[in-house]
Amino acid sequence: MPAETNESTVRAYVKPQALELGFYASMKRLWRRISEPIIELCIRLSGLVVVIFVFLIFLFLLRDSLSLFRHYPLGQFLFGRKWLPISEPPQFGVIPLLLGSVLVTFWALVICVPLGVGSAMFIAEVAPKALKNVLKSFIEILAAIPSVVLGFLGIIWLGPVLRDTFHLSTGMCGLTGSLLLAFMALPTIISISEDALTGVPRSYREAAFGLGATQWQTLWRVILPSASSGIVAAVMLGIGRVVGETMVVLMVTGNAPVIPTSILQPVRTLTATIAGEMGETVGGSEHYYALFAVGLVLFAITFTVNFIADLFLRRARR
Amino acid sequence: MSMCCVRQARCLRFPIVGLRSQAILASVLGVFLGGCGESIDPNEPQGFIQAKGSDTMVNAVQMVAEVFMKDYPHVFVAVTGGGSGVGIASLINKTCDVATASREMKAKEIEIANQHGVYPREFTVAYDGVAVIVNKNNPVNRLTIDDLHKIFTGEATNWKQFGGKDLHIVTLSREVSSGTHMYFKEEVIHLGKKDNKDEFSKETLLLTSSQAIVEEAAGNEEAIGYLGMGYLSDRTKALQIARDKEFYPPTVENVLKKTYPLSRGLYAYTDGEPEGIVKTFIDFTLSPAGQKQFTDAGFVPVQTSPPEVTPQSSPGGTVAR
Repeated sequence: MPAETNESTVRAYVKPQALELGFYASMKRLWRRISEPIIELCIRLSGLVVVIFVFLIFLFLLRDSLSLFRHYPLGQFLFGRKWLPISEPPQFGVIPLLLGSVLVTFWALVICVPLGVGSAMFIAEVAPKALKNVLKSFIEILAAIPSVVLGFLGIIWLGPVLRDTFHLSTGMCGLTGSLLLAFMALPTIISISEDALTGVPRSYREAAFGLGATQWQTLWRVILPSASSGIVAAVMLGIGRVVGETMVVLMVTGNAPVIPTSILQPVRTLTATIAGEMGETVGGSEHYYALFAVGLVLFAITFTVNFIADLFLRRARR
Repeated sequence: MSMCCVRQARCLRFPIVGLRSQAILASVLGVFLGGCGESIDPNEPQGFIQAKGSDTMVNAVQMVAEVFMKDYPHVFVAVTGGGSGVGIASLINKTCDVATASREMKAKEIEIANQHGVYPREFTVAYDGVAVIVNKNNPVNRLTIDDLHKIFTGEATNWKQFGGKDLHIVTLSREVSSGTHMYFKEEVIHLGKKDNKDEFSKETLLLTSSQAIVEEAAGNEEAIGYLGMGYLSDRTKALQIARDKEFYPPTVENVLKKTYPLSRGLYAYTDGEPEGIVKTFIDFTLSPAGQKQFTDAGFVPVQTSPPEVTPQSSPGGTVAR
């Protein structure tokens, strides 16, 4: 069909004409000139929105917790040794809850830091590549286990086992919580420490081997110290995870608001208190505000920990 | 609080399934919801009722709701536990239609409710005995209210004092949101006196659900806990309780006759006089069909007609001799 071919050749001929091309190009340039600032603005806005949200959450927490101190003295809240929210008159002493959280977190760290950093060292430096990939995916799966499921395991299996092992009067104690929390913090600690270890420049390793160091000496004296800021950051993020975890501790630690003297005792944490009692408070009551104040204490802790982690991460990047 | 009741434990399945099965689930749900678009007779009752509160009552109310939904297929009743305090707070915060409670509303709560423009209307839907349970290997079979007071305030700490083994006593309690906790506190910790300032022993474990108390008491020889009669099973042993000298086991009969010292009412609250489907639901709960569910769950029905003389023992509730 010669006529059609003709037409298309004609069109093809006309298309690359300077005039038309110039029009498209200028449109494109115009679009780019308009769209680029819009996209930039969107990105900037979404960044800002996050900051604003955090700030608003903080303001909200602050406003509602400060309402407590209109009725209840701040000193008694911060230094009170009794948490009796439904007694007459109620007592909102945060000390037993705070110590409960601190104790459970401390022991969780004692368990998970050596384990986590150790496995990170193995994965980053020692394990052959195939094993490394398998281990890494298993650790990711570990992170995906929901905390209620761990809580169930704690009630049904871990608690009774610990009770029989340590001859305790009950398996619902701080240690059960610490062990499960350690388990939950492991993936965070392992993957971030592993990143930090892998990030140590190759030249360090080569230099150490060149000086005749063994693999262990290189790992322990050269690579670990150079990755230390990253590892500290990993531990800090792990702490953040453990302090903020709610479901597991609510389910397995027994929730007795005592001032704990041993990890083998039942404890009540800040998070479990909020989760356990929030449902029954009436908006605007003293108890309601007290739980917000507990939330503020928790926020202050996690904020400080994450802030320190951030400082170390920044140093690690340099 | 998601493990507050057995029914809710179903949701635990969802987080475990993988992404793909979640997607399938979502599409199945979509089809299911889409299928509801058929035309409904406008005169037929339809809508959504949220019943929230007592953990003691959650299983029984769920059973009532299931039977109710069979009779009224276009009404959906959602039943949640969490504790009587949770139900009452939700009624005041206007997030539920029916608050179930295993204790009466306190004057202070009613006052707060009125401030929020909520005027609670009370219905007694059943009676219940608060059973005190121990491990099946515990030789102790009976305690007085005074004994319980000593145990739960931490005054007595060894089972030997009550004729048991030389073991420490581990006291189990529900969280402060529980109506049973409040009831037990008033009757046992405060011995029914308004000016009593005693508290639960600080060592007391505060567990989030009645089921958790059953689990702990079933597995721990040193434990003692309390819960509504509906949670009695042959995995634990219920104690006979005496106010003065005569001991009574927590049975339907003894609760009916009020000889069991820890007997109480179970209540439902609505905001003002119930209307529409909420009224239908409350009426159904108080009808013989609804009351039967409470009986089946191990509670004592409210006697509207002259009391029957054939009280059955609670199913599965083993009682120590």
